[in-house]
Amino acid sequence: MSDWLSPAEWLALTLSLKVAFWATFASLPFGLLVGHALARWNFWGKGLLNAAVLLPLILPPVVTGYLLLVTFGRNGAVGAWLYQATGFTFAFQWMGAALAAAVMAFPLMVRAIRLSIEAVDTRLEDAAGTLGASPRWVWLTVTLPLALPGVLAGAVLAFAKAMGEFGATITFVASIPGQTQTVPTAIYEALQVPGGEVAALRLVMVSVVVAMGAVVASEWLARGVARRVRGA
Amino acid sequence: MAGARCGAAGAGRVMLRVDMQHRFGDFALDVAFAAGPGVTALVGPSGAGKSTVLGVVAGLMRADRAVVQFDGQVLQAPGIWVPAHLRRFGVVFQDARLLPHLTVAQNLGYGARFAGVSGDVAGVAESLGVGHLLARRPRDLSGGERQRVALGRALLASPRMMLMDEPLAALDSARKAEILPLIAAVKARGIPILYVTHSEAEVTALADQIVRLDGGCVV
Repeated sequence: MSDWLSPAEWLALTLSLKVAFWATFASLPFGLLVGHALARWNFWGKGLLNAAVLLPLILPPVVTGYLLLVTFGRNGAVGAWLYQATGFTFAFQWMGAALAAAVMAFPLMVRAIRLSIEAVDTRLEDAAGTLGASPRWVWLTVTLPLALPGVLAGAVLAFAKAMGEFGATITFVASIPGQTQTVPTAIYEALQVPGGEVAALRLVMVSVVVAMGAVVASEWLARGVARRVRGA
Repeated sequence: MAGARCGAAGAGRVMLRVDMQHRFGDFALDVAFAAGPGVTALVGPSGAGKSTVLGVVAGLMRADRAVVQFDGQVLQAPGIWVPAHLRRFGVVFQDARLLPHLTVAQNLGYGARFAGVSGDVAGVAESLGVGHLLARRPRDLSGGERQRVALGRALLASPRMMLMDEPLAALDSARKAEILPLIAAVKARGIPILYVTHSEAEVTALADQIVRLDGGCVV
């Protein structure tokens, strides 16, 4: 594929994969925590948390990107403090693209995890508790394994969403080749250049192949895990 | 909970003492009893509150007001709550509740690690007649086999007491006849049992002490 794509396109593809992987991997623990909290806990502000989680799904992506910029940009509320304290900044870095992708994909991940945890029979958790398992062990040995198909489906969905993220990414970290230019932003850049349609088409085909691969892999994975969980 | 308290049932040597009140809408549960060693049958018609009492004793639900003591240790009282996983009560549910993602062997050994014992999974499985099923998953077992595994799983967790919630109710008479002696064998090992049932035949076969519930009261 590296012969078929130009070095810049290849770079955009590998960066997209890296951004999507880290966006998914880093947000998964938070997704599990928030999904579990929304599925099982009753607490003040639960509706507010649910709304906050869903917000990136409803807001225009450019608004989410702008909010990330004013929060995590070098002069942002959190970003300025982070830069002064550690010298680290998300601005114009691939990690900024990963943050934008993670925020945009988070609602999909949380929704899948929440539904899968809600589907776990709490009576099985009770039974495990009577056998001496503490709530943490019950979660690790009963809740999580039984919710695993949904958790994996949520992770793959988030990965696919992160691969395709455009609006928030270009607003937050721009489109710098080799730094923040992912496949969607590269397609956009190619379409701005006269005669760039062929390059855009190549990247579109790559996007379709990767997205299809992710969906097929997720189905296969979820089915396999579901079989194992059901004990087939 | 205004009004006169219901009756109470006692025992000679007391292992378990329960005094609880709970209200579900119009239904008020007001139960006090003491259970001795051996099998204490909690008997009554459907809706009498038997399973609620068992759930409170197991630490799976909180009553509006409850005092639960086992062998002198207060498990539940105003300001005191020992969670289910620290009570060390083996519970056998009517629907077995085996963990579907684990094999029979893994289900049997599940509680042993928390009890800090090695647990003779193969030996217990053999004694319960499920030794040949260790590699199977719960979905591949019959109702009777599931209850045997549930019984073994609870036993392997080294319980101080067994709580059984109509363990034979979902089985046909042939399976009941097979499993009843296994429960009697648990009793013979000296493990006290609180046995919830509405079957007089099971009461006759197993019980040393009977606590009858009706309409939320001990009668």
